[in-house]
Amino acid sequence: MLGLNSRDFKLLMIVIFMTLAAPILLNPFPVDSALGESFNAGYPALMQRFVIFGLLAVGFNILFGLTGYLSFGHAAFLGVGSYAAVWMFKLLSYNIIPAMLASVIVAALFAVVIGYVCLRRSGIYFSILTLAFAQMSYALAYSVLSPITNGETGLQVYADDPQVLMSAGDPVVPHLFGWEMNSSVTWNVGGWQFVFQNGYYLAAICMIIGFYISIRIFRSPFGLMLRAIKSNQTRMSYTGMNTKPYMLAAFVISGMYAGVAGGLMSAMDPLTGAERMFWTASGEIVVMAILGGVGTLIGPVLGAGIIKYLENIISKINSDILHNWFAFMPDWMDNLLVNILYPFVGKGWHLTLGVLFMVVVIFLPGGLVQGGQKLGALFSRKSKSSDSDATTAGTANTNTPAE
Amino acid sequence: MGILEVKGVNKRFGGLQALGDVNLSVAENTVHAIIGPNGAGKSTLLNVLVGKLIPDSGSVMFDGQSVLGRKPHEINQMGISRVFQTPEIFADLSVMENVMIPCFARRDGAFRMHAIGSVRNEGDIIAQAEAILADVNMLAKRDMLASALSRGDKRRLEMAMCLVQEPKLLLLDEPTAGMARADTNNTIDLLKEIKEKRDITMCIIEHDMHVVFSLAERITVLAQGTPLVEETPENIKGHPKVREAYLGEAQV
Ligand SMILES: Nc1ncnc2c1ncn2[C@@H]1O[C@H](COP(=O)(O)OP(=O)(O)O)[C@@H](O)[C@H]1O
Ligand SMILES: [Mg+2]
Repeated sequence: MLGLNSRDFKLLMIVIFMTLAAPILLNPFPVDSALGESFNAGYPALMQRFVIFGLLAVGFNILFGLTGYLSFGHAAFLGVGSYAAVWMFKLLSYNIIPAMLASVIVAALFAVVIGYVCLRRSGIYFSILTLAFAQMSYALAYSVLSPITNGETGLQVYADDPQVLMSAGDPVVPHLFGWEMNSSVTWNVGGWQFVFQNGYYLAAICMIIGFYISIRIFRSPFGLMLRAIKSNQTRMSYTGMNTKPYMLAAFVISGMYAGVAGGLMSAMDPLTGAERMFWTASGEIVVMAILGGVGTLIGPVLGAGIIKYLENIISKINSDILHNWFAFMPDWMDNLLVNILYPFVGKGWHLTLGVLFMVVVIFLPGGLVQGGQKLGALFSRKSKSSDSDATTAGTANTNTPAE
Repeated sequence: MGILEVKGVNKRFGGLQALGDVNLSVAENTVHAIIGPNGAGKSTLLNVLVGKLIPDSGSVMFDGQSVLGRKPHEINQMGISRVFQTPEIFADLSVMENVMIPCFARRDGAFRMHAIGSVRNEGDIIAQAEAILADVNMLAKRDMLASALSRGDKRRLEMAMCLVQEPKLLLLDEPTAGMARADTNNTIDLLKEIKEKRDITMCIIEHDMHVVFSLAERITVLAQGTPLVEETPENIKGHPKVREAYLGEAQV
């Protein structure tokens, strides 16, 4: 189906279902309940972030997962894409089509230049070069490029902007031919509340398309060449393959994904600043991919979702909420537990992320996807009891790197 | 004129003259062996031929064109494939994928953007890859990860990867080093078979005289970076200069 083998097709279907049903799946608790207040994640602003960062991580994985080249400046493309989109809003209209096109094209051009320079080196030198480029872009956006980026204030749309394609009745928020990004339908069922927002669905569809394209790339001859480059670049050249254009193509595709992600961010909220290009943003993308599982199809999406969930959910938890959880315990125990957990919640959510990241990297070098596979293997072994697993030893299925 | 003409090639590594005025002519469709003690410069010579090293002076002509200054992938596309002394394979890929990549290189050239179609649908590539795996008796291992292969199988895989390109010139750097006797004999048979099946020129570096005398039509003896003699196998046995170069090494 859709040119995919049955396993990949199943995976795609799961991703489509999860993203389309996210407004329901992520709001499992009634709105006004304590659990709902703490753990519901089905509100549009957060779900947008899930899919936009998911898309970003999927694109990053095409470079890092397939070729092994670790870009530490990927947020630069995100930033450039955001700026390009806001400029289209300023110059043309709030329609997101020209904005998204501009995001992709500008990010691609940017990636060609940066890629051409950075790919002269490999390994750690490549990473440092990309980092340097991104930090340079960040610094430039704050200083000499202020006329384009609006410096510290951030780029936004003003009433006196040309917006030459705007006509009288057009919406004054980003829209797709009148379909406004920030409008939504709310569905109340008992104590539950589900919000279906246009913007989220647009971003979700972009993510699904991006995910589908990434599966096709993983299974294509091009994907095979990239994996071969990762495995042995020397053999690649002595086999008559020019690794440079392959690498550049991977870099540019990856940068285009980031450009789309940046464009989507602007479409959700037409305001952008240089901090989107800061190195911590690039680092976050790397962490997402590694946490989920580098080189696997679903891993980066998973990693992006988990990090954005932790960031938003754990950072909301404060000591009052903790005390509420442990209210049934004796006071001394309650206080002890709250004191232990307190550093890990609220502003300390990075600490939780750090611990999680270390545990994953040490015990599951293949990321959470590997964890899932191990669990799956454990269960199937239990159910099949002594079924021999000799077939898995030292074999690899030709066309299916682990999903 | 041979298919490969090396003239006056010099290469220094600091104070060491690794290659000193090397002249070599390899005739088309022959097996040419290069022998010589360790450190004689044999691998260095191959590195020059495949574009890994640029000589300080001299010329290297292949098929009427100079290879000097060309990149390794360009030289490969001209028709020179190389088996390395320590196998260079794609360790993280399956055996099948390892041989499919040279098939793609041969069909699509040094670069082709082929990002949407599935590898599974590349019928002709799969057929070629399977045929060569059958030739080297590795079809049963097609789905194994290359890193899980035995040493001998890794060498055979690398040889299959080179052969499937149907190169005009195949360079082999000690293809049987570290192999058991049986494996060595298999390799000799394989190379002989290849030689019979297609037009191919081979240039083989070897320590094992059994291999050399089973395969080679011409033999060049290299010592301290300089060719001493070039002869037929019959005439090389007992050649005084060869005895001299190999003094203390294996009996010739
Ligand atoms: N890249 C290099 N840098 C410095 N010295 C080298 C290099 N490659 C080979 N040599 C030296 O050149 C000489 C010839 O090496 P080599 O061609 O590998 O010999 P062999 O005939 O055993 O294959 C040796 O002394 C080796 O140490
Ligand atoms: Mg050698």
